[in-house]
Amino acid sequence: MAAAAQVEHHATSTGTDNRKLLMWVFLGSECLFFGSLLATYLIFKGEPTTAVNEHGLLLTPANLLDIPLTSQSTFVLLMSSVTMVLAVFGAQNARFKMMKLWLLATVVLGSIFLGYQVFEFTTFGNEGLTLGANQFGASFFMLTGFHGAHVAIGVLYLGSLLLASFRRNGLGPEAGLNVEIAGLYWHFVDIVWIVLFTVIYLIPA
Amino acid sequence: MATAVETLAPPATYSGIWSWITTVDHKRIGILYSVTGFTFFLVGGFEALLIRSQLAVPEGTIIDAELFNQLFGIHALTMIFLAVMPMGAGFFNFLIPLMIGARDVAFPRLNALSYWLFLGGALLLTSSFIFGGAPDAGWFAYAPLTSETFSPGRNMDFYVLSILMLGVSSMAAALNFMVTIINMRAPGMTMLRLPVFAWMTLIISGLLILALPPLTVALLQLLFDRHYETNFLNAGGGGDPLLWQHLFWVFGHPEVYVLILPAMGIVSETLPVFSRKPLFGYRAIVFSGLAIAVLGWTVWAHHMYTTGIGPVQKSIFTGTTMLIGIPTGIKIFNWIATMYGGSIRFTTSMYFAVSFIALFTIGGISGVMHASPPIDTQQQDTYWIVAHLHYVLVGGAVQGIFSGIYYWFPKMTGRFLSESLGKLNFWLMFIGINLTFFPMHFLGTAGMPRRIYTYDSGMGWDLWNLFATIGAFTLALGILVFVINFFRSMRQEPTAPNNPWDAPGLEWATTSPPPEHDFDVLPEIRDRDPLWYDRDHDIEPPEAPASVHIHLPPPSYYPIMMALGALMLAIGPMTHLAILALGLTVIIYSIWGWVLEPTD
Repeated sequence: MAAAAQVEHHATSTGTDNRKLLMWVFLGSECLFFGSLLATYLIFKGEPTTAVNEHGLLLTPANLLDIPLTSQSTFVLLMSSVTMVLAVFGAQNARFKMMKLWLLATVVLGSIFLGYQVFEFTTFGNEGLTLGANQFGASFFMLTGFHGAHVAIGVLYLGSLLLASFRRNGLGPEAGLNVEIAGLYWHFVDIVWIVLFTVIYLIPA
Repeated sequence: MATAVETLAPPATYSGIWSWITTVDHKRIGILYSVTGFTFFLVGGFEALLIRSQLAVPEGTIIDAELFNQLFGIHALTMIFLAVMPMGAGFFNFLIPLMIGARDVAFPRLNALSYWLFLGGALLLTSSFIFGGAPDAGWFAYAPLTSETFSPGRNMDFYVLSILMLGVSSMAAALNFMVTIINMRAPGMTMLRLPVFAWMTLIISGLLILALPPLTVALLQLLFDRHYETNFLNAGGGGDPLLWQHLFWVFGHPEVYVLILPAMGIVSETLPVFSRKPLFGYRAIVFSGLAIAVLGWTVWAHHMYTTGIGPVQKSIFTGTTMLIGIPTGIKIFNWIATMYGGSIRFTTSMYFAVSFIALFTIGGISGVMHASPPIDTQQQDTYWIVAHLHYVLVGGAVQGIFSGIYYWFPKMTGRFLSESLGKLNFWLMFIGINLTFFPMHFLGTAGMPRRIYTYDSGMGWDLWNLFATIGAFTLALGILVFVINFFRSMRQEPTAPNNPWDAPGLEWATTSPPPEHDFDVLPEIRDRDPLWYDRDHDIEPPEAPASVHIHLPPPSYYPIMMALGALMLAIGPMTHLAILALGLTVIIYSIWGWVLEPTD
């Protein structure tokens, strides 16, 4: 009976693990979160502004956004999805050295993206764009800031998995599942950035 | 039978109060939710009595305008977020695993976290009275009333931070129950054999999961506007006050269904039992619930007809709002058809269920009326709206919840509530509800605006206001009878058998109250009404094996610790950022402890 109870413990009605299903449903919720922030950005996008900095520069997206620079950070984030896939592959096939290597690579790439974002925010701040400067400042910082927070949480999440994988038992018998669920989150955050990059940087007001 | 079953002892067991603090048992969490929710129901009721006392006669002097403004806002917030939602959560925490034949929810510790976050948020919101004043812009807190210019005190900060916290709690619970219902069903419990209450819980979870994020964003915008110089909602700074209304009602209208669907699920369970007849039109009721959930997303701007939205938008929202009356009507006709030709037992639970149908229909009809923009323009911000929403929420949601309390009380406690006190409870509440809220239709038609703290004599409002106040106290008396009934029952010996009502649901296949592991052995599920199928086919309940080892999750103190961290996180912006930093540290520590804690 004890064995049967064990089997019962793991079997689910749909065959998908509870934790994986939880992550999928949660990401559905996140779509509405970023959707609401994005809707706010779009409502105020292209509104004329009179806010200028001390050099007389009008604080508009066209004057401030550095597309080549952010293209680099976008490339970095996209590549981190590739390394994430490799880490999941390693975890699912018990190639744990490979998993650790690519988890580390993903954490590094995610951190580089965050570094770019800190640089971008600082530059904008120095040029006079603040939360209160105009609607572009408010909605831009809010939208990309919350995305950045999601990347930061992802870096902590993957970093914790990486740290835990150095324990004696590694990530345990469910390593493949654990890394795969983290991967779902990471890819989602990446996909959100593709949408944000397109809407904020590539489509002119 | 139960003695033959041993559960694998968790590594550490606690007793007394500590066992409640560390519990991850869905039944205990359900009881915590129910008791806390009912306590706040009394608090919200007390606030309502203050309001009605002030309005009993013209030029009332019991409370001043400022306190009145706080009271009507916090009355709504308390009733919605701290009473009706948690009482619904109490039912689905206790019942869902039993109904679907599971040992517990999918994530027991997350379930405990939901409760403690709810308690933290509830205490934070209510404590605003002590620390400088409760939210004073109504529960939907329209901009620009909420800006620092017009509300310079802490009032709206309490609103933002406590609702954010309650939102996280609801989100965690909704995610948990969605996964539980989809993934933890016993063999044979197909989706179309799920009890209607489980279906409604699933739909509510879906609504919350998708509706809470827009509210979160709106609250964050308000927080940033008030403290970090943004101008999202401030027209003077280039913002748009209507943005709040859109985001709020995109949450707010699905939220209305979050409040009413539990009651619809409850009466779908009680009506068939007390009519001794299977539910009529199971599929129609389930799919109407789904239709309500989908259409519920397309009607939010009917709250905004008077804000100057264009004629095309108005026409579309009129259409969708009228459309959503159809699935609601389908449900009502199916409930009536369930009773038709049945051999009805008029228990207290049945009284409440039948009165739910009647009163909810009245509220539904007045609701369809203001789907029409010209009529709504006349009714906007009058007592007509107050009458409508209270018929739906008190006549609907609360009556449904009481039907559920009288029905499941033996299962939850092993004791019966007195039927004669129950009937008194019912009649006082029924008369009270109608005496309070029906005259409000007349007041609204006569032009009395809602949310005024006093009114002049000679407006033609005096008589009906007095009626409403007498009704409110009658209603309160009914609740008092219930409280007496509750304490009387709890002093008796638990004598309830497994299935006292001869009910068909799986939750009645186990003892009353159920053992910690829910079922000694799960009955095989062959039908939508499993126990009636077994009864009618002379199938004996399966015998418990001599010895079973059932794995139960061990208790944990990380959920309450994390909730404490979240509370510090919420208090931080209002006091000192050091508290915020400390809260963050506690949360991170709890997450690590949570993850590394052995659960096998």
